Amino acid sequence: MPAGPDEMATVEVTFTPLPAHVRTARLVAAAVARRSGVDEALLAEVRLAVGEACSRAVEAHQRHCPAEPVKIEMTDQGERFVVVVSDHAPTSTAPAAGTVAGTNGHGVSQGGPASTAALVQGADDAGIPAGFGLAVISGLADDVRVSSTSSGVSVRMSWPSAAATA
Amino acid sequence: MDLKLGHYNKDGIEVVDVEGEIDVYTAPRLRELLIDLVNKNNYQLVVNMEKVEFLDSTGLGVLVGGLKRVRAHDGSLDLVCTQERILKIFRITGLTKVFGIHETVDGAIAAKKSEK
Repeated sequence: MPAGPDEMATVEVTFTPLPAHVRTARLVAAAVARRSGVDEALLAEVRLAVGEACSRAVEAHQRHCPAEPVKIEMTDQGERFVVVVSDHAPTSTAPAAGTVAGTNGHGVSQGGPASTAALVQGADDAGIPAGFGLAVISGLADDVRVSSTSSGVSVRMSWPSAAATA
Repeated sequence: MDLKLGHYNKDGIEVVDVEGEIDVYTAPRLRELLIDLVNKNNYQLVVNMEKVEFLDSTGLGVLVGGLKRVRAHDGSLDLVCTQERILKIFRITGLTKVFGIHETVDGAIAAKKSEK
């Protein structure tokens, strides 16, 4: 049933923390974003940012709580399409809490060119240093907030939706 | 779409063709291929990403890891990519300054040969 004018439409997805499901999660996010009226030009960024957040959560769960599902909430808030990816991993391995200022896709606020040398240096067979995915997200979404609590980490990202561009 | 990998030698340079999506699920296969090529003494690599439909930071990590491996043998790893949506993630992360990025495989090979 369609949401009423004062009712926020939310789609919630939970999935077993397996890498194979990350693709499904990002495709669902892109589909919901499209339905919420997010500009076609931004859908690739939504897909990539949600994929990054889910990859980080899956990795954390596999290390600490593989039986716990990863949760994604996608909400059409009228002028903003909001995605929150939440994990339940212990916060000792979580990124620093706080707000990561987004840059509307035109640069980076973390992990950008200044830290590229550190990235190359830190890379090994296990991949790139932890937290780099968040830097990618901050370069894709214009509003990113990372919240760290005792029950886990949530990454909140948002993009303008139909009402904002109408 | 899943990941398809292939490779061939041209003018002494190993060209890796990548097609599909490079993410947390598929990236380990690319990592294994790059490691295998280096273990077989291929230190001049070109990764053709023209048919890559999706790339995330896990995929970037695999490419950076491959670069480190070949550099340890005085080699290099260059990329072929003209797709804006893929190039964007390299720009966001500053990795355009780390990789040689070319428009064609022949261009990448020519650039490598001129460096020798």
